[in-house]
Amino acid sequence: MSAGSAGESSAGAGSGGAAEGPSVARGVGGPPIEGIRSRALSIGVATGAYAISFGAVSIAAGLNVGQAQALSLLMFTGASQFAFIGVVATGGGLVVAAATAWLLGLRNGLYGLHLATVLTPRGRPGQRLRGWRRMGAAHFTIDESTAMALAYEADSDATRRAFWATGWSVFVLWNLGTLLGALGAASLSDPRVLGLDAAIPAGFLALLWPRLVDRSAWALAAASGVLALALAPVLRPGLPVLAGAGLAVAAALWLSRGKR
Amino acid sequence: MWPAVLVASLGAFATKWAGHLLPESLLERDLVRRAAAVLPIALLAALLAIQTFWSIDGFVVDARVAGVAVAVVLLRLRAPFLVVVLAAAATAAVLRALGWG
Repeated sequence: MSAGSAGESSAGAGSGGAAEGPSVARGVGGPPIEGIRSRALSIGVATGAYAISFGAVSIAAGLNVGQAQALSLLMFTGASQFAFIGVVATGGGLVVAAATAWLLGLRNGLYGLHLATVLTPRGRPGQRLRGWRRMGAAHFTIDESTAMALAYEADSDATRRAFWATGWSVFVLWNLGTLLGALGAASLSDPRVLGLDAAIPAGFLALLWPRLVDRSAWALAAASGVLALALAPVLRPGLPVLAGAGLAVAAALWLSRGKR
Repeated sequence: MWPAVLVASLGAFATKWAGHLLPESLLERDLVRRAAAVLPIALLAALLAIQTFWSIDGFVVDARVAGVAVAVVLLRLRAPFLVVVLAAAATAAVLRALGWG
């Protein structure tokens, strides 16, 4: 959901298994398969715990339990979900909230471009997914499932298991966590008392942290943050994020033109 | 709120699905790869800045800043995601209970 610690740490090395059967639905498999399932589960638990905070801050931002749950069920990409409620929380318009969420979700499209070439139907190596199965794979195309699939990329059977096991694990636990957090926060009179408005920027920071890998990333982040704050007094709520990030991205692309 | 939730969700799914339908050769375009690398960083940083320092009343330094500062320390210590978020919320809550922010 969020390229947070869970997704990043899952991208390590992995070895492939070759037993039959879909990874989650059936209990078959030797040690490598067990490794996939336990890793998928631990990633799901970590993101599910994070979803509790998403559910809670959604309520603090003014959504109801159903709307928070709908985001986790249908949007199902954590950074975008957080961006949506973050813009709503600061009084930004709904169109801007949707646009910000969409831009943050663009990377999922890039994951899909690559996953489409490595995810194969069971028992038919070399072919691509089609129809409903492809739509399901698209819905599950998030940071964590992509990282796990790529960690097992050497073996198409293990790739498929890793992707679906992680996708299901995160989907179920992410939605369960959202429900718990939303119901919990909805029972409070004023979520600000619990500091939930501070949980929103902390969530963004935790999502940003693993991406700050070098000085140019830090410079980009600093420029974007400063630009957004500088534009905030003159633009309508929500727009400073898009404008600040847009300017910073344009500058970064211009500065890195021609480099590989 | 509901239309925005549904439209934004549809947009997110359409993006993912388009990725699975379009040819992988798009990834070989230099601009696409570089934009994909920098866009999340810029957006998350802008969201972080606004959510930390901006409120409906304008620029403000309140309990949220302390919460984010605690989050920075915990991230440096490699604390898990949920711990970071909960500690930030708890910090802000305690400061408010003490009458600040």
